[in-house]
Amino acid sequence: MTTWLLRRILQALLIVGAMSVTVFVAVNVIGDPVEVLISPEATQEERARLIASLGLDQPLWKQYLNFVSDALRGSLGNSFVYNEPALGLVFSRLPATLELAVLALLIAILVGIPLGLYAGLNPDSKASKTIMAGSILGFSLPTFWVGLVMIMVFAVQLGWLPSSGRGQTVEVFGVRWSFLTADGLQHMLLPAVNLALFKLSMVLRLTRAGTRETLSMDFVKFARAKGLKPARVIGVHVLKNIMIPIVTVLGLELGSLIAFAVVTETIFDWPGMGKLIVDSIYVLDRPVIVAYLMMIVLLFVTLNLIVDILYSVLDPRVRLESRT
Amino acid sequence: MSIGADTELSAPVIPPSVSKRHEESALRAFWQQFASSKLALTGLVVFGMIAVAAVLAPWIAPQNPYDLTQISIMDSRLAPGETSMDGYTYWLGTDDQGRDMVSAMLYGLRISLLVGVGSAVLACIFGSCLGLFAGYVGGWVESLIMRIVDLFLSFPAILVALMILAFLGNGVMNVVLAIIVVEWAYYSRAVRGTALVERQREYIEAAECLVLPPRRILFRHLMPNCLPPLIVIATMQVARAISLEATLSFLGLGVPITEPSLGLLIANGYQYMLSGRYWISFYPGVALLITIVSINLVGDHLRDILNPRNQR
Repeated sequence: MTTWLLRRILQALLIVGAMSVTVFVAVNVIGDPVEVLISPEATQEERARLIASLGLDQPLWKQYLNFVSDALRGSLGNSFVYNEPALGLVFSRLPATLELAVLALLIAILVGIPLGLYAGLNPDSKASKTIMAGSILGFSLPTFWVGLVMIMVFAVQLGWLPSSGRGQTVEVFGVRWSFLTADGLQHMLLPAVNLALFKLSMVLRLTRAGTRETLSMDFVKFARAKGLKPARVIGVHVLKNIMIPIVTVLGLELGSLIAFAVVTETIFDWPGMGKLIVDSIYVLDRPVIVAYLMMIVLLFVTLNLIVDILYSVLDPRVRLESRT
Repeated sequence: MSIGADTELSAPVIPPSVSKRHEESALRAFWQQFASSKLALTGLVVFGMIAVAAVLAPWIAPQNPYDLTQISIMDSRLAPGETSMDGYTYWLGTDDQGRDMVSAMLYGLRISLLVGVGSAVLACIFGSCLGLFAGYVGGWVESLIMRIVDLFLSFPAILVALMILAFLGNGVMNVVLAIIVVEWAYYSRAVRGTALVERQREYIEAAECLVLPPRRILFRHLMPNCLPPLIVIATMQVARAISLEATLSFLGLGVPITEPSLGLLIANGYQYMLSGRYWISFYPGVALLITIVSINLVGDHLRDILNPRNQR
């Protein structure tokens, strides 16, 4: 188990290293920040001074080494636009994205699992068929368009909910959160539902498939034969067994929700990481793009690692396989 | 848009004609199974109609929205059903340039479908060849390929595509490339999985005993038997590709303004939405939605009938 874990961690580190090279080369070879950042009217000397101060005159490998040694010390350079540390900038936007993603995940779970369970238990009922058709709609609808329609209906036509911004925030432990105020929650509702819709359909389908598969298992038949109440058979014996895959999938989905927030945040003008990265791409603010990418890479590699470890803890078969 | 692209667009709707008897009956059985679901059949018909409309756009659209002599700025932002100065009725209204929305959507569909189907087909060819190769050769080559596949699958598509386009810039070909990069791994994984099972079968052993060249074994013997899961994934991925392209174009990083897809049309109307001129964004979105849902309905049903677990 220990060697497996060490190998797995080594692999993760290797991926982070490879990604850092890819990101760095891609950012430096293809985009030319000089054109974007320095005004065309600047004199030759001004240009040269700016290029030198940004370190753009050095050979690529040297820039990369500088980048890595800086990165290990927790610094990924200053944003060209905001002129403050890029990593700090990304981190300062993290809470807004995180609270949105967590709320979206909660919505997906709290709505998706009960509906999926119902559809799995009564596969032939009219309601189940409606639910399943709805779930096809849920993962077919492009997120950005649903967001637009939601703004149109709830913000413009009905005027029930605000369409942009975070609303009132409360500072807890030096971080500003929206979900602690009524106004902030109101602002969160539309974007969170928008972000949740795709995952909701996925959770729903997973639950339904899991339920149908588990219902035909011997231990469920046995539990029924024992004369247990149907509620207990479903609540304990069925639900417990379908939770393992759902929980592990959801662990990974939190990461993808944070990534997908790019679209939702742009539409609802939510000042999170996603909005920051889209804005940074428009102006080719390289340090911010790199900082964001490295953070996402780290996030995903860590989540993958945790899920892998969880799997081998929960399911002995995986452990045995990985040993051979 | 070339003639080659047109045939590519209409290809999925035309059932392939087969000469051999037994293959014909197998196909017929498959078709009957497929037609058993009214929903999937509806999806297929609707998608067929959309594809035909997209291909025929220059001939059936009321105006050419990109011919400046045909549009008038006087007609801009007319509501659905309003009539222009010279008596022409705009059933779905006009945009800020005075373009007829019906025509703009028909032309937009062309780009959306071209990018969606084109990138899915190319990703399918590349990804499945790699997966087939990996499954057949085995050893360290296989582990290397599958590691890379895992790596690509572990990052969300939207993010990878966004980054590629951030570095490459706008353009139809760049979008196609970005979608291929994020999609090929799905095909590789699926094909390799099937290939691993299939290569244990007797017919591969027989082919190897005949000392057929590996290329022939790969493509004539192994490949056709790996097709069923591939068809399902390809269908779903076309829908995903169309949706991804629309999202990227909406964010302003997809197709250029000169070749507006449905996503870009929606983005153009976005600023008018808050002032109540919903139709500029709304109707292209509906067209996008119908396209994606119809493909997914077909794909969903195909998965049910082609899933080997359901066949017994």
